[in-house]
Amino acid sequence: MKQLTTDVLVVGAGPAGSITAKYAAMGGAETIMVEKKEEIGMPIRCAEGIAKRWIGDVGIKLDRRWIACEVEGARIISPDGSEFCINERLAGNEVGTVLERYIFDKVLAEDAARAGADIMLRTAAKEVIKENGKVVGIRGESMGEPVEIRAKLIIGADGFESQIGRWAGIDTNLEERDIITCFQYRLTNCKPNMEYCDFYMGTAAPGGYVWVFPKNETTANVGLGVQLTKLKNPGEVKMYLDQWIARTPEYAGGKPVAFNAGACSLSAPLDEATADNIMLVGDAARMIDPITGGGIANGCIAGRECGEVAALAIQSGDTGKEFLQQYEKRWRAKLENALFRNWVAKEKLVTLSDDTFNKIIRTLAEVGVDKLSVGNILQVIYDRHPELAEEFADLL
Amino acid sequence: MKVNVDLCMHCGACVGLCPQNAIYLDDTRITFNDDCVSCGRCRKACPVGAIRWDDE
Repeated sequence: MKQLTTDVLVVGAGPAGSITAKYAAMGGAETIMVEKKEEIGMPIRCAEGIAKRWIGDVGIKLDRRWIACEVEGARIISPDGSEFCINERLAGNEVGTVLERYIFDKVLAEDAARAGADIMLRTAAKEVIKENGKVVGIRGESMGEPVEIRAKLIIGADGFESQIGRWAGIDTNLEERDIITCFQYRLTNCKPNMEYCDFYMGTAAPGGYVWVFPKNETTANVGLGVQLTKLKNPGEVKMYLDQWIARTPEYAGGKPVAFNAGACSLSAPLDEATADNIMLVGDAARMIDPITGGGIANGCIAGRECGEVAALAIQSGDTGKEFLQQYEKRWRAKLENALFRNWVAKEKLVTLSDDTFNKIIRTLAEVGVDKLSVGNILQVIYDRHPELAEEFADLL
Repeated sequence: MKVNVDLCMHCGACVGLCPQNAIYLDDTRITFNDDCVSCGRCRKACPVGAIRWDDE
C-alpha cells in the first residue's frame, strides 16, 4: 500500500477545494489535494453562472479563457410570460458571467499548484482513518492502487456527496425539502437571450426553477431543478425538462451537445462544519445559496477562510476543534445570515402557486425592480397585493 | 436497490442525499453498503431514473 503524510489534505478539487488548497499552501502548510476524477472540472454538474464582484476577494484573476458569455443580469419569468430584469449588482452572486467550468476549475487548481499544493488525480477516499476517536487521514484508491494518506488536517471539499464529513461524524444529512435534483442540456441550434440569464418560475419546475444561461448566440445551458418532495417516480426530473423544452418555442428545436445531472442542497447553515482535525467547505458544508442554488461564490469565499485557518492551525501545531472555531467564526461572519435568510425565503417560495408567481412578477415588472433590494421587493408585493401579505408576513 | 449502469451518469446525487450514507461512488461504480434501509429516496431522486427497487 502506498503511504503518504502531509500537513493538510484537501479531498475534492472543485472551486472550494482549490481555493482552500491555495491558501493553505500560501500559508506554508504542506498540502495535498486529491480528486477522484481523472480531469478537474469534468464532468460538469453546474449551470455555470457566477457574478464577478467577489472573485478578487479570493485571489482569482479574471481570465477570458473561462468566460463563455457575459450578461447584464437576471430575467425572472412567470408562468404566464410576464418578466422583470435585475442587473448584476442586485441579482446575487450567481449572475453576470457564464463560465466554462472545465476551464475555470483547472485555472483554480493551477493557482493552488503554483502556491505549492500537490495534486493527485484519480485518487478517491473510501473511508477515514480514526485514531482515539479523531480523524487522522483517509484510506482509498489512487490510480487503481490502495493508498493511505495521513494528515494533521483533513478538508472535506467533496461536494454535494459530503461523505468525508459524515464518515468523520459531522451531521451533513439533508431533509427532503432541502434537496433539489437537477438535469441540464447544453442545447444548441436555439436562440437564447444574450443579455440575461433567464429564470422561469412556477410548476414547470416544482419547488425549483428552469434556467437558461447563454453560452453563445446559438447555445445555452438549459436545465431545471425540482424539489425532492415534489418527485414521485424515477426519471421525473429529466421528464420535466423535456416537457418544458418541447412546449417552449425558443428551445423546442434545440439539439443537445451535452447533458448533465446532479443535486444540490438548499438548506439552512450546518450547526457544525468542523471537528478535531477536520473542516468542511463548499457544497460539502451545505453552503449553497438556498434561493439561487449557486455554490461557487460561497464555496470560494469560505475556501479562503478555510485555507488560511488551516495554515494557522499547522503553524500553531493545534488542529483541534477549538482552534478550528476560527474558521467557523470567519465563514459564518461572511455567509451565515444570508444563508439562513434565503433558506427561510426558499421555504416560502416553494409553496407559491403559478397564479401567485404571475401576480408578483407582473407587479415587479410594473414597478421596475432595478432600484430595489430584496427587502424592498417584498415591500412592493405587500403594498400592491395585500391578499398575499399574510403569506409573506414572516419575510417582511 | 439496484442500479442500471447503462443509465447511471455517476453524478453523485444519490450519494449526497442518502440519509444512511450507504451509497459509494467509486468514479464510475455505484455500490450500496449494508446500511441501506431501502427507503427509496435515491430511486425518486436519480435525475435519469437509473435506480430501482431490487424486484422492479
